[in-house]
Amino acid sequence: MTDTLQTPAPALDSALSIGGRSFRSRLMVGTGKYRDNAEMVRAIAASGAEVVTVAVRRVDLDRRKEESVLHHLSPERYFLLANTAGCYDAGEAVRYAHLAREAGFNDFVKLEVLGDRETLLPDTQGLLEAAVQLVREGFTVLAYTNDDLVTALRLEDAGCAAVMPLASPIGSGLGLLNPMNIRTIKRRLSVPVIVDAGVGTASDACITMEQGVDGVLMNTALAEAADPAAMARAMKLAVEAGRLAYLAGRMPRRESAVPSSPERGMLA
Amino acid sequence: MTELAITVNGEPRRLPGPATLLDLLATLDLDARTVVVELNREIVRRPRLGETPLAPGDQVELVHFVGGG
Repeated sequence: MTDTLQTPAPALDSALSIGGRSFRSRLMVGTGKYRDNAEMVRAIAASGAEVVTVAVRRVDLDRRKEESVLHHLSPERYFLLANTAGCYDAGEAVRYAHLAREAGFNDFVKLEVLGDRETLLPDTQGLLEAAVQLVREGFTVLAYTNDDLVTALRLEDAGCAAVMPLASPIGSGLGLLNPMNIRTIKRRLSVPVIVDAGVGTASDACITMEQGVDGVLMNTALAEAADPAAMARAMKLAVEAGRLAYLAGRMPRRESAVPSSPERGMLA
Repeated sequence: MTELAITVNGEPRRLPGPATLLDLLATLDLDARTVVVELNREIVRRPRLGETPLAPGDQVELVHFVGGG
């Protein structure tokens, strides 16, 4: 299948730079919840993403056929961003980050310290504690957080290389619930802002990029689409479109009409 | 020949001793390149696996990268 639109030339947008690494794609994707590995590989390829997240879990010793995700996604082609998903306190998250780093690919970690099982909202206290420790230990920390400006600023102060506020809860598909909060965070922070969690369909990704953020991370939107590879292609275009629209500088919103055709020259 | 009673990934396991962590991986048919090993809450780096002996009561965690968001 060929693109009907060309990928924007590099000159139209700068690269995404995080922790000294440079990425061409502003779309990051997760590797979880796919129906099978083949579908995951196709979707990720179609997305154009360079950064893919992975989780750290026990090897299932009873089903030795279950392989590491590394068997399906080459670390040479993709930048593996390990997460601390499922961790509910700082100590646990730090332990998982250490294990992830030991796998030997990079010092980056997507830090998650959760505070509630129903909403998967972060425990900000634990998150900050873990961030401080991991930054001190030389990790490049990308912190999954809520859309609260003060927490985002604290994470930046703690030395995080990027802040990742949620659009809406993980896996909810509700899209960007509070654009103003995300715009505020982007306006006030110096480190990259990557919106993570809650994107459901292409318009969500586009609207999110239109707020001026540096990137978007999604997982469920692809894995639970009827056709993940097709949705991945849509998301690739949506992220590019939203980014270009932002860079183009949108027109102002008005609550009254301004005609587009001239008022003079009407017939008598 | 002794038998070592250890815990691996939360489950009790016995294997003939003496044995190293590398022996354990071999017994479990695991590739050391894709597995990270924690022994009694401390990570054991890959080059040291073959020279780290197991002792009775040891708690081993074997983890790897899986799909996740």
